[in-house]
Amino acid sequence: MWARLLALIVKELLVVLRDPRSRFILVGPPVVQLVVFAFAATLEVKNVDLVVLNRDEGASGLELVRRIEGSPTFRSVLAVHDPKALQKAIDQQQAICAVHIGPSFSRDLVAGRPASVQFMLDGRRSNAAQIVNGYLGTIVNTYVADENERSHRVASTPRVVPRNWFNPNLTFTWFTVPGLIAIVAQLIGLIVTALSVARERELGTFDQLMVAPLRTPEILLGKLIPPMLIGLAHITLYVLATVLIFSVPLRGSLLLLYGSALFFLAAVAGIGLFISSLCATQQQAILGAFLFLAPATLLSGFATPIENMPPWLQPLTTVNPLRYFLVVTRGVFLKAMPFAEVVKSTVPLFFIAVVTLTVAAWLFRRRTE
Amino acid sequence: MSKTLVRLHAVTKRFGDAPPALDAVSGSVSAGAITGLVGPDGAGKTTLIRLMAGLVTAEHGSLDVLGFNPATQSASIHTAIGYMPQRFGLYEDLTVEENLTLYADLRALPTAQRADVFEELLAFTDLRSFKTRPAGKLSGGMKQKLGLACALIRKPRLLLLDEPTVGVDPISRRELWRMVRGLRDEGVGVVWSTAYLDEAEACDRVLLMNAGKLLFDGPPRELTRRTEGRVFRMVDIEGRRRPALAATLALPEVIDGVVQGRAIRVVARDAQHVPSVPREAGPHARLLPASPRFEDSFIDILGGGPGGESKLAEGVRAIPGRGENVIEARALTKRFGDFTAASEISFNVSRGEIFGLLGPNGAGKSTTFRMLCGLLKPTSGEGRVAGIDLRRDTAGARGRLGYMAQKFSLYGDLSARQNLRFFAGVYGLSGARKRQQIEQMIDVFALSAHLDMASRELPLGFKQRLALACAVMHEPEALFLDEPTSGVDPITRREFWCHINGLVEKGVAAVVTTHFMEEAEYCDRISLIYRGRSIALGSPDELKARAVTKDRPEPTMEDAFVALVEAYDRTQVAA
Repeated sequence: MWARLLALIVKELLVVLRDPRSRFILVGPPVVQLVVFAFAATLEVKNVDLVVLNRDEGASGLELVRRIEGSPTFRSVLAVHDPKALQKAIDQQQAICAVHIGPSFSRDLVAGRPASVQFMLDGRRSNAAQIVNGYLGTIVNTYVADENERSHRVASTPRVVPRNWFNPNLTFTWFTVPGLIAIVAQLIGLIVTALSVARERELGTFDQLMVAPLRTPEILLGKLIPPMLIGLAHITLYVLATVLIFSVPLRGSLLLLYGSALFFLAAVAGIGLFISSLCATQQQAILGAFLFLAPATLLSGFATPIENMPPWLQPLTTVNPLRYFLVVTRGVFLKAMPFAEVVKSTVPLFFIAVVTLTVAAWLFRRRTE
Repeated sequence: MSKTLVRLHAVTKRFGDAPPALDAVSGSVSAGAITGLVGPDGAGKTTLIRLMAGLVTAEHGSLDVLGFNPATQSASIHTAIGYMPQRFGLYEDLTVEENLTLYADLRALPTAQRADVFEELLAFTDLRSFKTRPAGKLSGGMKQKLGLACALIRKPRLLLLDEPTVGVDPISRRELWRMVRGLRDEGVGVVWSTAYLDEAEACDRVLLMNAGKLLFDGPPRELTRRTEGRVFRMVDIEGRRRPALAATLALPEVIDGVVQGRAIRVVARDAQHVPSVPREAGPHARLLPASPRFEDSFIDILGGGPGGESKLAEGVRAIPGRGENVIEARALTKRFGDFTAASEISFNVSRGEIFGLLGPNGAGKSTTFRMLCGLLKPTSGEGRVAGIDLRRDTAGARGRLGYMAQKFSLYGDLSARQNLRFFAGVYGLSGARKRQQIEQMIDVFALSAHLDMASRELPLGFKQRLALACAVMHEPEALFLDEPTSGVDPITRREFWCHINGLVEKGVAAVVTTHFMEEAEYCDRISLIYRGRSIALGSPDELKARAVTKDRPEPTMEDAFVALVEAYDRTQVAA
């Protein structure tokens, strides 16, 4: 049994490594993912353009404008003198936000009356507008609090002092890159498995394999283990890149990460084998794999929090293996996730793997008689 | 001399770095004649046809098709020729009539003429009663006829047919020939490419090709005459005829020999020395002169057959118990939905026997074959290999059988050595025995020069050898060979059969599927599969004897096939 299984595994690895097309699949998409997600697909808002209409003639209005100009988030702050120009700047997308300081701003502030500043945000870019709104709100509030404290006009307003745990500077790559480890493991594990049976069918080697004295479990293991090994290799490379290139702190145990990864890869390979058993050609298999990959990635919490999804959609994410493994990769890297917590996320992976592997084995048997 | 339609002069075509697909080929195609483009796969037939159709351009040499240069005037050629590629572009979901209309549109046939042309073509192809049937639901032979009809929508001056009879049953094949002869008599120039050497004899003129080179250009009879007076049939052989064949091939005066039913066909090196009869053939064996065939001369041009020694069989230990049943089919039946692909098929194959499943594509021979090697579960009935029930212990039975598919079915990306290692591994060989078996295969099949080449890049003959090596490395008791030699050149085919004969002599049982009538004669017994049933079972000579009529005292295997199928169809109509 072991000699036969070993022969199968060696063959499967050789086929993947010797075929230029599948070699490309092993190298191309992971590199593209790393570059795209780590550098381009960021949710941070930087390089923002603003327009300011300051109709206040006092010192406070000027000081506020200076503080806004002093923030590194804003690339340009254009002063205008006409409310129409504000509107035009937003209309033509020259600025995402227009700040309008009214004529009574300094007076109200000195008199201890509620002073107000108006932000006009470009709702077409809702996410960025929201974030800019937050930045500007913080600047205005801090300024008003400083001003009040300085003049002792108001006893003392409570101050909010945020401290970000695990990622003190909220560096975005600390959030995305550990997640990418899970994404790439899913991509490779799925595609390599999905191609394996379909390739044999397409090229006509499947019958030759099926007349060999192999039992179905041996063939299934022979088809599942190589993609898992390749998946682990990719995880290792990505872990190295995360630590060495992106300088993300590795605070938890790699052993736990790999342990959890085995179950995750088994679950994914089960799905891949299911797709492969259905497909007659490699092209169908690739299409099938992407049919699964896109929603699985969107519904995983990789880019958008699951809590933000509509309530009826959220239960669907509980069967998504990526959801659980993402928690593990991020947890192990950023917060030294303890053993019990890793187990809690790995148990669902175990059950998902049992289901996908069983269904894949059933379908494989059925389709091959 | 009739008008010349195509002139080729020293045409060379190369794809990539491979040896040229066509190497300085010269020849011509005349109007009102069938020009056979004959040769095994990889000979360059398709390339040559595509050159004439203006679909690819030659690298060197000149080509003139109907007065046009295909490299620059392909559009003019396209309107004047009919071209039927190997897989004709029929739309499977369109009906026969819709397909014809589509091709009439594509070829801009005026609407006024359509009714007449369709009527004529449907009558010609005998497809009138299937006008409303989707093309996908036609049999292989009917599809080819419809393809031909579509290629004839505007009567071409030149008709190019690329292997029109592949996978077509002998009856449809005869009809296709009849149709094409009709066209020839109307003055159309026909190019008919084929790998079947018996078809070459029916052509008016032949371009015989092998590995890109033109071997012969002329009327087929002229080539056949090469071996006139040198061909014999050895009859009244006592005992087994495979050792007799091996002994005959070992004689220096013999260049070729094959089993032909109970007899052996022998080709002498020259007409002066009539071959002697080896001792192995028994005291009563004698040689009768026979009329030469195209294939005999082809082998002669190529320098003779490969001899009768099988190094493979020498290294294999003999399996005792001759006559024991190794493969048993008991009322094997397979239904797909309400379609019965194979119905109640029964036969036994004993040690040292070659059993043939003969029949057209789609008749059920592959279904039967696949049930017996465990690739398909029978709906009812049972199959046994080496006494093991395939339903109970599939893996156990599989370990005792070797399988070779029609298409090259090893891992193309792996090297020859990696393939050998893999198959040794999955058949449970390990350690010293694994190494020893692999070394033996490399030695027997002379693979050492190609060991590290990706096996998809191997020359055709070596692919064949490697596939056989992988199938027999574990010394199986039962061999399953699915169309093992379709498309290979006759030398490779003889080499292949030499190994099979050797193994069978050592006690292996073999099942072979074929639609190749010549090959059927190498078998000890044949089951004729037609419409999912075994309609006749017996030795090749017995089946031929059943087709003997007054005007046909010595029927060929193909005659026997046609006669038996027609007789079966009559009983079905009567019932």
